[in-house]
Order: sequence, then structure tokens, then C-alpha cells
Amino acid sequence: MFTSSEDMDTDEGGVIKQFMFVNRKAPYGTIYALEGLEVVLISAAFEQDVSMAFIDDGVYELKKAQDTKAIEQKNFSPTYRALEGYDIEKLYVEKESLEARGLTEADLLVDVIVLDRAEMAAKMAEQDVLISF
Amino acid sequence: MPMVEVAGKSFEVDEEGYLVNLADWDENIAGYLATEEKVDMTESHWEVVNFLREYYAEYQIAPAIRVLTKAISKKLGPDKGNNKYLYELFPYGPAKQACKIAGLPKPTGCI
Repeated sequence: MFTSSEDMDTDEGGVIKQFMFVNRKAPYGTIYALEGLEVVLISAAFEQDVSMAFIDDGVYELKKAQDTKAIEQKNFSPTYRALEGYDIEKLYVEKESLEARGLTEADLLVDVIVLDRAEMAAKMAEQDVLISF
Repeated sequence: MPMVEVAGKSFEVDEEGYLVNLADWDENIAGYLATEEKVDMTESHWEVVNFLREYYAEYQIAPAIRVLTKAISKKLGPDKGNNKYLYELFPYGPAKQACKIAGLPKPTGCI
């Protein structure tokens, strides 16, 4: 849990920046997806304009019905559904990455905004800060 | 890591006293963890602890305090979903104390 923002030494009237966290890797096998998600949850405490992008194998992070028993790891996918409560509602998923993996929006466990590659590039260009996992 | 025995059941806690295996949790263990935190559990305390357990079961994380107050406000009303109420119940912080008593892992990004 975080200290509430009231207690934090925030710069009153400070500039709100656009942060995009880019997820490109499958949920398990490396620590990137889980660490990336934790960073996003922490970043929510700083009241910035946060979005997430899911590209390449990163789209698997949002796949419904993940079952990690056989690899003896925690299935952390339900945590993506908590993002809404953290006011992180802009989840962009690249259309081409979904299609290349035989996935559609209906296979994902949260509401997302599907963008094609050009639209995703434009969205990235708008950001103040891009952080890639 | 240290082992503790309560009511004939032994379980593991980490060096900060957090329960290691969530599945070990029961009300006796919660009672022990509360005593360690010097919290006298009342119905209001249990309500928050049970809320946290439900939140964890659904989302697999312990919520940030801001998210917790908002979620409690939605479910139990604004007179309970605020920092003042939660800090009165858990003076050293709902994160540190309520999550610990609920048997949840130490919250992510606890600052």
C-alpha cells in the first residue's frame, strides 16, 4: 500500500505528464510483465496520466483463463482487472499483434482500446515518457 | 524463516512477521497477528480484514491505500471508506497492520 497522495511532498499544480508503459513480453518466462505491472500500480500514486500499451507477445499478458499450475508460478493476470480501481483505464492493444496470435478482443480479460500499428505509433508519439518492459 | 504455533497449528512468518503462505490463514492466526500488532480486534476490524481478503482473492494484490478507501467507500459507505476511519482502527497504517492480519503479503510499493 502507498502513502496517500495528501501526505506526499507533491508539487502543487505541477505538470501532469503522459506516461505510457509498453509491454512486449509474454507474462511468464521472464519477470518483465509482472515487474512492469507493479511499476504501473506504483506510478498510479503520483497522479500522472498513465496508459499501457500491449504489443507483440505482450498481448498474452491480458489473455483470459491463464493457468500457471504446471509452471508453479502465481497467476497474476487478475491484477490487470484491478487497474480500473487505480484509475488506469487506457489500455491500448495493437491490432496486428492480436491478429498474428489468433486472438481477438473477446479473448482479453479487461476492456481495451484496439489500435492498429500506425495509430499506436501516433499514440506513442504523443507521450512525454515511454517506459518499455 | 521463523515458525509460529497457534492453537496446535504451526505456520511460517517472514522476518517482518507477515504470513508466508496465504493458505495457512485462519481466524486464530489472524488473532495472533493482531496481538503482535497490538490491535484489539473488533467487528469493525474484522470487516476491513475480510474486505482485504476478498480484494486479494479477486485481484491477487493488496490495494494501495487510496484504492482501498475508494473500494470500501463503495461497498460499506463513505463513513468507513476514508483514511481517518481506517487509521483509527489500524493506527500504524492499514497497509502494515490490516494486510498483515489478513495474512496478505507485504503490499507492493509500500512507501
